[in-house]
Amino acid sequence: MCDTTKTPKVATGDRAILPEGARTIPIFVMGKKYEVPETLTIMKAMEFAGFRFLRGAGCRGGICGACPTVYRMAGDYKLHFGLACQTVVEANMYLAQIPFFPANRASFKLEEMEGVAETIHALYPELFRCVACNLCTKACPMDVDVLGYVSAMKQGNIEKAARISFDCIQCGLCASRCMGEIPQYHAAQLARRIFARYIQPQAEHLKNRVMEIEGGKYDPMLDELSGMKKEDLEARYVAREREPDLAAAGTWQPKDTSHL
Amino acid sequence: MGYTPELQELIKRVEATRPARVEMARRNEHYPALSMAERETVLSKHHPDYQADAKMAVRVGPNKGDVFQEGVARLLESRSIVRPGLVDLNKIDHETDVLVIGGGGAGTSAAIMAADGGCRVIVANKLRHGDSNTIMAEGGIQAATQECDSPYYHFLDTIGGGHFTNQRDLVAALAKDAPLSIAWLEKLGMMFNKHEDGRTVVRHCGGSSRKRLQSSGDMTGAEIMRVVRDEARNRADMITVLEFSPAIELLLDSEGKCAGAILFNMETKEFSIVKAKAVVLATGGFGRLHIKGFATTNHYGATMDGVVMAYRAGVGNKSLHSTQYHPTGVAYPEQNVGLLITEKVRGLGAHVLNIDGEQFCFPLEPRDVESAELIQEAMEKGKGIMTPTGRVGLWLDSPMIEELHGPGTVKKELPAKFIQFERHGIDISKQPMLVYPTLHYQNGGINVNGDSETILPGLYGAGEVIGGVHGENRLMGNSLQDIITFGRRAGIGAAKYVQGGVEVKDLTLDHVVKFEKELAEAGVENPAVAPIILPDYSTDEVAERRWPKALTEGVPGV
Repeated sequence: MCDTTKTPKVATGDRAILPEGARTIPIFVMGKKYEVPETLTIMKAMEFAGFRFLRGAGCRGGICGACPTVYRMAGDYKLHFGLACQTVVEANMYLAQIPFFPANRASFKLEEMEGVAETIHALYPELFRCVACNLCTKACPMDVDVLGYVSAMKQGNIEKAARISFDCIQCGLCASRCMGEIPQYHAAQLARRIFARYIQPQAEHLKNRVMEIEGGKYDPMLDELSGMKKEDLEARYVAREREPDLAAAGTWQPKDTSHL
Repeated sequence: MGYTPELQELIKRVEATRPARVEMARRNEHYPALSMAERETVLSKHHPDYQADAKMAVRVGPNKGDVFQEGVARLLESRSIVRPGLVDLNKIDHETDVLVIGGGGAGTSAAIMAADGGCRVIVANKLRHGDSNTIMAEGGIQAATQECDSPYYHFLDTIGGGHFTNQRDLVAALAKDAPLSIAWLEKLGMMFNKHEDGRTVVRHCGGSSRKRLQSSGDMTGAEIMRVVRDEARNRADMITVLEFSPAIELLLDSEGKCAGAILFNMETKEFSIVKAKAVVLATGGFGRLHIKGFATTNHYGATMDGVVMAYRAGVGNKSLHSTQYHPTGVAYPEQNVGLLITEKVRGLGAHVLNIDGEQFCFPLEPRDVESAELIQEAMEKGKGIMTPTGRVGLWLDSPMIEELHGPGTVKKELPAKFIQFERHGIDISKQPMLVYPTLHYQNGGINVNGDSETILPGLYGAGEVIGGVHGENRLMGNSLQDIITFGRRAGIGAAKYVQGGVEVKDLTLDHVVKFEKELAEAGVENPAVAPIILPDYSTDEVAERRWPKALTEGVPGV
């Protein structure tokens, strides 16, 4: 039985601790052995071991692409890829972070482009060096079908490339594995921007609203609210009508239309 | 990996009480909600914002006498990383029109607009360009784009949500610019969720009177950041990006204008001087201070740097005592700690339970009240569940959603959460989640006006670092709008100011000298040295083995 009068040692913030009786496992950071608590992520296990990140840590939530990591298990030839903040340590894991990998990015002026694939081909001719080995897809920690979107770009299907690549966090692991030396994630970014600007229809209702705002239509209303007594503002707040949850887009109108 | 055998054993207690609880829910009976008086009590005793302990009044600077959390107050009462008298300000390393400090969504938007306004721009980043809370925002961005909506209603929703404590010119600016921000992002090639005809898909959020939340999958912030960063990279002729080079002190000129900053190259440990005609502060929030030990949803560099630097330069702040805690952050598994579990889980009927599988609160109290009740149950009553990494959590009984709404509901209604846990061997349709309140957003920040100007000529602010937009409570979707609205306004304003003709006189750190003198006169002993730049997660054992007391001088080899 543990002593109940003693405050249990509790992890605070992001600092991990080794609670009494918890198991540790050996991991090898760039070949060097450390004993760390099981269940920790690679990132927190390294911090537990005494590392302090400068590169190789960002959002710590699996979305920024700062902590791509490559690892192997002792005795196994197979390479694995993951994010240090999302991958749990395993005993006898040999790991190294690849926080940066050089990749060419082509500069462009979106406003002078058209929604055609030739634009992408001209800026990234190396796309045609792809030999479809699929190492890029295998390396992707977000399970993006990288080869799929590279192929879509080659075939001229910008929408398909944009949609397949949407979950990309631009960590660069694909580029690090590419035999054709293709900067896949930069090309995908270009495809998404071209798609959103030139292929996906633009929002007409938004254009009208922008014109109304620039014409000063709402300035008097906002001035009125800004100058109101708190009680009057509260009354207006309480009197708001709520758009029904299931109203189809652009169909519902409030009873009071004087502030639209 | 899933739950450890010890935790699986505890889950049996949850399963034991579940049938009765599900029956109760079917009869539409709930654990009683608190009365207003009881809310007050639990908030004052257990909500970190309300608790009187671990707070202090700052003794110096523009907010002298105001009460803050100790961690915040200590940084406001801190001294500089450099000895101001020993810095040679005649040796200028970079000269530019506009210096943007912080390259998240707000800073990058400001940089693009300043470049559009004909200015040369330097963006100084602490980590990589784009490492920010922007990139982590999932849900969406508010803007009154629909016919049934208008900036009038966006204003009302925002100020009501903030308990009418918001600064009104900022709310008006936000409501007015919001649709302009969406149009700007659309033109830059951001992939919004759209209907076939191009109309943006909109949803309601907590406190909205109209469906106003536009989104981009469940990674709206990441998409915004990718697009604006890519656009900034297209303007490399005007925008220079410096990474791993945070600002550590603002520079003024002899006329009292803001005129640049000292940067610190974190890799080579060198300092450099940037002389600029205007400065935009866009350093984000303070989640990584882990106030009172809370986990956070924030990125690695969220350490309040901008507020600290501005404070020494005479720019005060508002609402900084107010922090948004989300009641249900992940407490297990470790790789997800601090990340959000949406309110929707409780909306679908999941109960919050203690170690004995018992309910102790109404699951849908306001966020601040709910957070306080969880903290009370774990800390005061000791009925939390200890994880293998020494964290405390409480159960969120997601499997009962399946019983209430039918099998498959969890996966259908909470696809992202389902996958997030499944990846770590936990099926949340069959096993409950361990949760605890998590530090989410810095509601307050530095004082600016509706044009993003501070009282210091030449200094602008945008994004989470500024205060007043959200008052003491922020609505979902207004933080992403805040960064674009005020980022753009700051960039436009800075460019206009520079184009109006600015002559920077001799650079000075006299404001730091004066501030540190004030510290000494106020009797502040052992002030912290700040900005702290990055949190330190070394364990006590490691810190001890670094032999801090036995060292002759510095850390060897560094």
